[in-house]
Amino acid sequence: MSGDHALEAVEIIAGYVPDLPILHGVSAHVDAGEVVSMIGPNGAGKSTLVKAIAGLVQISSGTVRLDGRDITGIVAHKLPADGVGYVPQIGNVFATLTIHENLIMGGAPLSKSAALERIEEIYEMYPTLKDKRHDKAGVLSGGQRQILAVARALLTRPRLMLLDEPTAGLSPMAAGAFFDLVRGLAEGGAAVLMVEQNAKAALRVSDRGYVLAEGQNRLEGFAAELLANEEIGEIFLGLRRGAAKPEASV
Amino acid sequence: MILQHIADGILSGAIVSLGAIGLSFTMKLLRFANFSHSELLTWGAYGALVFLAFFASFGGFFDRTIGPFSFGVALLLAMICASVVTSIIALVLHRFVFERLSRTAGHMTMVFASFGVALVLRHLVVLIWGSDPIYYSNALQFAILLPGNVRVMPDQVFLLGLTIIVVIALHLFMTRSRTGIAMRGVAENPDLARVSGVNVDRIITWVWIIGASGAAMGGVLYGMTVQLRPELGFSLILPLFAAAILGGAGSLYGAVLGGLIVGLSENLSVMIIPTTYKPAVPFLLILAILYFRPDGIFGERSR
Amino acid sequence: MIGLVSYLVFFLILSLIFGVAVLGLNLQWGFTGLFNAGVAGFTAIGAYTMAILTGPSRDAVFGGFELPFVAGLVGAMIASGISAVIVGLATLKLRHEYLAVATFGIAVTIQLVCLNWEYLTGGTLGLIGIPNPSKAWAEGPLAQNALYLLVVLVVVGLTFAALERIVKSPWGRMLKAIREDEIAASSLGKSPERVRLEAFVLGCMIMGLSGALYVSFIGYVSPWDFLPILTFQIWTMLIVGGSANNRGALLGALIVWGVWTTSGFVISRIVPSEIQAQGGAMQAVLIGFILVVTLLVRPRGLIGEELYVSRHARS
Ligand SMILES: Nc1ncnc2c1ncn2[C@@H]1O[C@H](COP(=O)(O)OP(=O)(O)O)[C@@H](O)[C@H]1O
Ligand SMILES: [Mg+2]
Repeated sequence: MSGDHALEAVEIIAGYVPDLPILHGVSAHVDAGEVVSMIGPNGAGKSTLVKAIAGLVQISSGTVRLDGRDITGIVAHKLPADGVGYVPQIGNVFATLTIHENLIMGGAPLSKSAALERIEEIYEMYPTLKDKRHDKAGVLSGGQRQILAVARALLTRPRLMLLDEPTAGLSPMAAGAFFDLVRGLAEGGAAVLMVEQNAKAALRVSDRGYVLAEGQNRLEGFAAELLANEEIGEIFLGLRRGAAKPEASV
Repeated sequence: MILQHIADGILSGAIVSLGAIGLSFTMKLLRFANFSHSELLTWGAYGALVFLAFFASFGGFFDRTIGPFSFGVALLLAMICASVVTSIIALVLHRFVFERLSRTAGHMTMVFASFGVALVLRHLVVLIWGSDPIYYSNALQFAILLPGNVRVMPDQVFLLGLTIIVVIALHLFMTRSRTGIAMRGVAENPDLARVSGVNVDRIITWVWIIGASGAAMGGVLYGMTVQLRPELGFSLILPLFAAAILGGAGSLYGAVLGGLIVGLSENLSVMIIPTTYKPAVPFLLILAILYFRPDGIFGERSR
Repeated sequence: MIGLVSYLVFFLILSLIFGVAVLGLNLQWGFTGLFNAGVAGFTAIGAYTMAILTGPSRDAVFGGFELPFVAGLVGAMIASGISAVIVGLATLKLRHEYLAVATFGIAVTIQLVCLNWEYLTGGTLGLIGIPNPSKAWAEGPLAQNALYLLVVLVVVGLTFAALERIVKSPWGRMLKAIREDEIAASSLGKSPERVRLEAFVLGCMIMGLSGALYVSFIGYVSPWDFLPILTFQIWTMLIVGGSANNRGALLGALIVWGVWTTSGFVISRIVPSEIQAQGGAMQAVLIGFILVVTLLVRPRGLIGEELYVSRHARS
């Protein structure tokens, strides 16, 4: 039955230092064509979870499956070829490389000609990138930067896209545009797991959601259910005073 | 007089530039100050000596000098072979010492290890080739008189020309080839490179090969224009670090520019301080740059 | 038999003198995490100060104050301490790897000064005729050396006891806190920068003391005694013995100096005399090899830090 999900993470225990787990058995799954939000207060372990799935954080126990195939412990640089795309929370573009070079980085697992072909497709999807192809990524605006970050990860046509707080720091308009892009990815058949601080805004564009706190699953359900759930506010309130209204920052 | 110093500064700076490229990149990618990097220049220079004897033994065409230069095809081939050998040495050291320590220990442990490696490499040269100065060639050369009463040797012109060619080639490599672009990407953000599908270990292998080859060429050019001595590389430790730190770790142009600045400052310094204190100039440059930019020119904070 | 005993005394004197420098380095690196790659420079300052203060006066060279031995030791420590303050203020805010490069450069510069400032240092010839206090109190080389060994033992004992007390004091705990995590350490009250400087200066003063003991024993000082290889030897002693452990520091000095002299002896016996010059190179290869192998197979040294799982040993 596990083969049904594009991504299935089971009872993940992981952390940065041996014997000091940050995640204490977190589970989640995402199906193809779905956008799933991972929300929770700061320090909950959301980034750690996506890093663990992307192969950057060592998993000490638990399983990660991609379309039913066990990918736990595969080295990070082999995962893009297997269909995992990951956009980190910070440092998600190479600021010292040009936009074109950023895309070339994303095409590392492809043959050179396949990569160049794919880059042309990407340029058609996002013409702003094409216009600035020879500019350094460091000079892009926030919204363009996030688009580049996703575009870089799209080179290998990932079946699973992991996005870590992609709209942090964006204007409401840019964030809205970005969420449209995210929906587009799912409509194209990808499974999208999106970490978000802006719980409400994220849930509005998601099919389902998980609430994580202190490295554990706290709630999960359809986005609409979670939006209506009073407990969410309490989880944020109880653990993160002063951020009672997560959407306020959007 | 000042023009002569400038010319000498550019020439010695070119050698420092070649050596500093590898140091700069290993400092950035492996995050440690490699005190043994300079010994790769020594090994390149002495390695070429062995191959030179080999190729020259074919006689005839191989034994002849080219035009006004003191060397022939044999030394050029020897330089290529020495680059290969030096790269192998660097990769073996990486595999058995630095890579292992980077997994099990910290960056500082790698620095101590580089002390030890430097001691071994330098004194093996003494054991194998002795400590007397050696020259590649006894061929006579006539200085070229440039405007401004500047004298340069034909070999020095070759030195400069080769350095320019190498830097242009590296520039093309870093901007046109996927491996070169990946190298710059890894230098900026290794994790992002990894999740983009770049095999960082493979890139690090390339960094050692390029760094060691640059060092070997720098060593051969030093041997060609000055002499071969076991302390050849050791005496360049501070200039190399100064160039790498001035230029900012992980930057090709930074290392090249840094090398030129170091060479020029050393040679121009003799106009204001006694020649005997010249070896302290790179150190003063290091202090000055670190005083204003404790993390180097382009360095970011990372402890 | 007498030969062996006098050789043993000679060996102990030198390795304990090195041991003093290793103790100083241990305070800096082992306990505080300060990477000083300029050990040879600070021992040189102590050595030259001792020579200038206690040596005979001579023409055209500064100094020769013929002060007593103890005054020389104190003066050497003060001179090393003052230079450490200057160096520390200029470099201690640097990150580890840059601190290593900068202090290495300082040692090179100090050596250049020793070599070239003839009025102060006697230049390449160095300064000779430095009195050894034991000569006034004992007859014959063996008795004199035994007496000097006693002097060195007293100095080592005092240094060791003082350092043991220091590292267990609140100030010493502050050192470890700085080594582990500077930001957390600043919450303990004292400014980490200040404490780092204090530890650096104290460590350099101890290195100066070591240099001073050395010149009085050897009777002369020359720039060739303070080449960068001295720094590497002292580092190897610390790593082999085990850093952050004062007993380890002394043990490392004994072992590494033992290996150095034994290998020198063996090489002088088996290597033909025409390539004796290469013998020193063989010793250096051996020391470098020992350093690398120790780091690979026993990174904490023979007796490493007690009861303290160090984070900086890992990251
Ligand atoms: N590189 C790291 N090394 C050690 N601990 C880390 C690292 N990154 C995050 N942590 C710790 O892991 C916990 C979870 O962090 P993170 O996954 O980033 O939370 P979130 O993304 O939910 O805000 C926090 O306590 C944080 O301090
Ligand atoms: Mg996060």
